[in-house]
Amino acid sequence: MTSAVATGWEAVIGIECHVQLRTASKMFCGCSTDFQAAPPNSHTCPVCLGLPGALPVINEAAVRHVLAAGMAIGGRLLPITRWDRKNYFYPDLPKGYQISQYDLPLVLGGSLTFETSEGPVTIAITRAHLEEDTARLVHRRLEDGRDVSLVDYNRSGTPLMEIVTDPVVRTAEQARRYAEELRLLLVTIGASEAALENGQMRVEANISLRRPGTEAFGTRVEVKNMNSFRSVERAVAFEIERQAKALDAGEPLIQETRGWDDDRGLTYRMRIKESSDDYRYFPEPDLPPLHVDASWLEAVRAAMPELPAARRARYAELGIPAADAVTIVADAGATALLDAALAAGPSLAPRKVANWVVGEYLRLAKGEAGATAVAGVSGAELAALVTMVEAGELSGTNAKEVFARHAAEGRPVAAIVAEAGFRQVNDTDALRTAIAEILAANPAAVADVRAGKGQAIGFLTGQVMKATRGQANAALVGQLLREALEQA
Amino acid sequence: MASLTRADVEHVAHLARLGLSADEVTRMETDLDLILTMFAVLDELDTDGIAPTAQTIEVESILRADLPRPSLSQEEALANAPEQSGGYVVVPAILGDGA
Repeated sequence: MTSAVATGWEAVIGIECHVQLRTASKMFCGCSTDFQAAPPNSHTCPVCLGLPGALPVINEAAVRHVLAAGMAIGGRLLPITRWDRKNYFYPDLPKGYQISQYDLPLVLGGSLTFETSEGPVTIAITRAHLEEDTARLVHRRLEDGRDVSLVDYNRSGTPLMEIVTDPVVRTAEQARRYAEELRLLLVTIGASEAALENGQMRVEANISLRRPGTEAFGTRVEVKNMNSFRSVERAVAFEIERQAKALDAGEPLIQETRGWDDDRGLTYRMRIKESSDDYRYFPEPDLPPLHVDASWLEAVRAAMPELPAARRARYAELGIPAADAVTIVADAGATALLDAALAAGPSLAPRKVANWVVGEYLRLAKGEAGATAVAGVSGAELAALVTMVEAGELSGTNAKEVFARHAAEGRPVAAIVAEAGFRQVNDTDALRTAIAEILAANPAAVADVRAGKGQAIGFLTGQVMKATRGQANAALVGQLLREALEQA
Repeated sequence: MASLTRADVEHVAHLARLGLSADEVTRMETDLDLILTMFAVLDELDTDGIAPTAQTIEVESILRADLPRPSLSQEEALANAPEQSGGYVVVPAILGDGA
């Protein structure tokens, strides 16, 4: 899907993603991050409540995740980084400042390349840094009629990575694809669960328009509250159109933050930036600088799994169509299944195995039954199944049914085939013997065939199929039967 | 060195959420200007060849393992809250969102 193009304008889009890192404890204290289903304010301590005298200590795993992310995007990992205080007042920020990174972030530069309907696109990444998440605010009317905000500090101090692109994104589709590829990368390296729908990954787009060929930036609008990839694309497309219409009508744009309303399909004003933010960053005195030494980087590198881009390239080299490779790599289960099946069946054509993964595994996994439909799937069994199909031992229709049963139940393919009686008998000698017996036992029918009564062939074929309990390859039986009748 | 203006004082007071009276702003204008003048003495030092320093303590790279530890109880966490409801801290209605 390509977004509607605002004619005469070029969109200049920078994307900022905040990603909750996958750690057991918070960024600067030992409070557990497992608070999704917990009562409010049950996962806090003096550090993440900002009580006087509490001192932060950096969580090693959070730093490691950002280093891995930096490596995965090909960024520069700074040998010395530092934390800074970003000062502002808000009820979700108990200390009155957020510990963040200002001029010495963990990662500088990098890029992400992905496919779009207009071909491959590479987006330059400006930086990635580590900071702490804020508390969660809930807006509610109390019983006494007062409108208030409620604060839950469970999320306060959760490790958060901010990753920002250069203003080089040009279309709504690129914005969505960038976010999808970033999520895939972060999930692959285990840095985050990065689910948009529950706020583990929050995507914001800074959008402005300018005349093509010009350099200066137009008035920038920040769009947030997009909690699905589809929303990212729709929101950016809407905002490009909205700005183009305003500019075409000669209406000035205002630098503001707008929220995306998914139900109404539009952006709405959240707040106007009256002046440039003044956060008075200064080095965090409670945290010493951090040296990222070569041995640490080497350990991170050694633990790095195969990245999505490398995976797609490997599949392409194996002759798997690009579209299938993109589909498979986007799904961790499909990737694991394909790799396991190829390992178990090295002589199989990867293209054919991939076809099963895309056509059957993903169809079941994304069907109504969801994960339970593929809970028992095994790569070795898929390899066994494809081997049987390729050898002509199983019809395509039966094979699909066998796969569905195996995927759901986890039982071996061979057992399901034997039980259901799906195995096609292709053993020519065995079939010839069976045919000879049938012909000997039915001289009348044989005479009918000789007399030109064609339907008798059908009767004899049926008898052979019956004798082989339906497992004979019907096409082969027909062929062998005609040969036997001609010879007799 | 350019001296502090009244607008500077008002801006800093706003950022710190300090409600200063006109008299207090006038007094701060003088006081803060004196403080800045004192600190400006440091600018006379020749710091060429000295790397920017953000920390004077000699430790570096203090990290902790990613191991969860017990938190405060909800009751303890809310003990100092001016108002609470259903386990939440109650604050005046906030529109929009933070920075």
